[in-house]
Amino acid sequence: MADKMELKEVEVWDGNLASAHSLRQAQVDVVAAYPITPSTPIVENYAGFLANGYVDGEYVMVESEHAAMSGCIGASAAGGRVATATSSQGYALMVETLYQASGMRLPIVLHVVNRALAAPLNVNGDHSDMYLGRDSGWIQLDSFRPQEAYDLGLMAFKIGEDHDIRLPVMVHQDGFLSSHTAQNIRPLQDDVAYNFVGEYKPYNAMLNFEKPATYGVQTEENWHFEHKARQHFDLMTKVMPKIKSVFAEFENLTGRKYKIVEDYYMEDADIAVIAMGTTVETAKLSARIARKSGLKIGVIGIRVLRPFPFDEVAEILKNVKAIGTLDRSSPNGTVGMLYNEIAGAMLGIGKAPIMRNYIYGLGGRDITVEMLKNIYNELNEDAIAGKRLGAVQKFINVRGPELTFLGK
Amino acid sequence: MAKETKGWNEFDAGAILFSFNKETTVSNLATTLPENRAYSQSNSYTASVADWRVEKPVFNRDFCIDCQFCWIYCPDMSIVSRNEKMVGVDYDHCKGCGICVDVCPTNPKSLLMFEEKKSENEALANWPKKESKKDKEAN
Repeated sequence: MADKMELKEVEVWDGNLASAHSLRQAQVDVVAAYPITPSTPIVENYAGFLANGYVDGEYVMVESEHAAMSGCIGASAAGGRVATATSSQGYALMVETLYQASGMRLPIVLHVVNRALAAPLNVNGDHSDMYLGRDSGWIQLDSFRPQEAYDLGLMAFKIGEDHDIRLPVMVHQDGFLSSHTAQNIRPLQDDVAYNFVGEYKPYNAMLNFEKPATYGVQTEENWHFEHKARQHFDLMTKVMPKIKSVFAEFENLTGRKYKIVEDYYMEDADIAVIAMGTTVETAKLSARIARKSGLKIGVIGIRVLRPFPFDEVAEILKNVKAIGTLDRSSPNGTVGMLYNEIAGAMLGIGKAPIMRNYIYGLGGRDITVEMLKNIYNELNEDAIAGKRLGAVQKFINVRGPELTFLGK
Repeated sequence: MAKETKGWNEFDAGAILFSFNKETTVSNLATTLPENRAYSQSNSYTASVADWRVEKPVFNRDFCIDCQFCWIYCPDMSIVSRNEKMVGVDYDHCKGCGICVDVCPTNPKSLLMFEEKKSENEALANWPKKESKKDKEAN
């Protein structure tokens, strides 16, 4: 039996330590990991917990992130609770195996500490890696601060491991802004946390010698489509209800309320911005200030990126006149992902609000309250004019001449 | 093969295949001979790959010393051996690689490659004689 840790009601943890404690409390059986900034302390702390007797499990040191996820896939297929962490270049190297994990329906939990992708090489936070994996068939949960990385870290097991779901789950947090920012965290005690997550129940375990299973089969044009269809069906129909029920259970236990789409000041909002990660917090603060000068601005934070909450987003935004989507990833030849998804969601309910796409914060570049207030003012002028008064896409806080695309 | 009419909603999630029929569990796999196991259609045991072969190994009991080299080296478990006695070749799964012939240590060999179409009797009738030390040196 693993030793228990006595935790204070309020601990001072950064996002990485918070994630590591969620792995410890879930008593993960196997962590196969390769360290990479800024996610390193998650697996480093987990290894420490294991070495000091706080976890009954195996830590597998591997030669790359590709091998890390491959090890996780093997251990998960064998029938264990499995998790790891990565960032950026390591995540990119993992991509091939991400599709393997989701296609084999293995409920691995992956903590992704979001970081920019080279070149140029950069260790700071943006959402390029998170965006890279968005078609990989994983469930993607996004935290905006360290407490949420911990909470979602526990809930991820409960969501993915359900036998009706059986899908891997990513828990995202922003590199450094969340991962290395120490805040007050209210953790659950070990027993409470473990009881919430529950004992791992194997499903078609490879190591069931009485009923051997083959994982990683090959299917060509005759069957491949059916398996992908099944996976998409489960993502589109089963995952959201499961997430909602886990969020409700967690609220009962802790009083902390999570929603598929987080919304702030949206009740009477004429204009809205959509953001992810730590920027949601800055946008909230900016909105509170802007509202004092009469701007009816609301903020939406995407809590569940995959499956994408089309219905929830459209419901919240249905009466809004102007929308700004904040994408923290270089769009490289198109509009940002959030612009695309939100536009699709609005079109789906027959609405055509004014929409702008702001590209910001690449490679850890700061976004300030002042910059967000300027964005709100711009959207407000659009709303009053009843039309978009500038280009669709704008780069925020980049040096050089103003950079806009698609219209003027 | 499963029936072609199966729809996307009729699969186990994850494209997982089971070696044995769904209702069957094999409690003592190690002591149950392959022919007595309830292999499912998705196990390769039920599929024949005989037509991959151009040449086939033929087994000649007269010279075999039951050393089990062929059984150990066969990459596809196509050498059938029971109670440490060589029985023969599983022609449904043998792909004709010839490794069993290569590792056979007897003189003449107890396994030799013949054209696929040649009958076993014909092959056995044309089995080479024991090679003398002198012949070996000459070769």
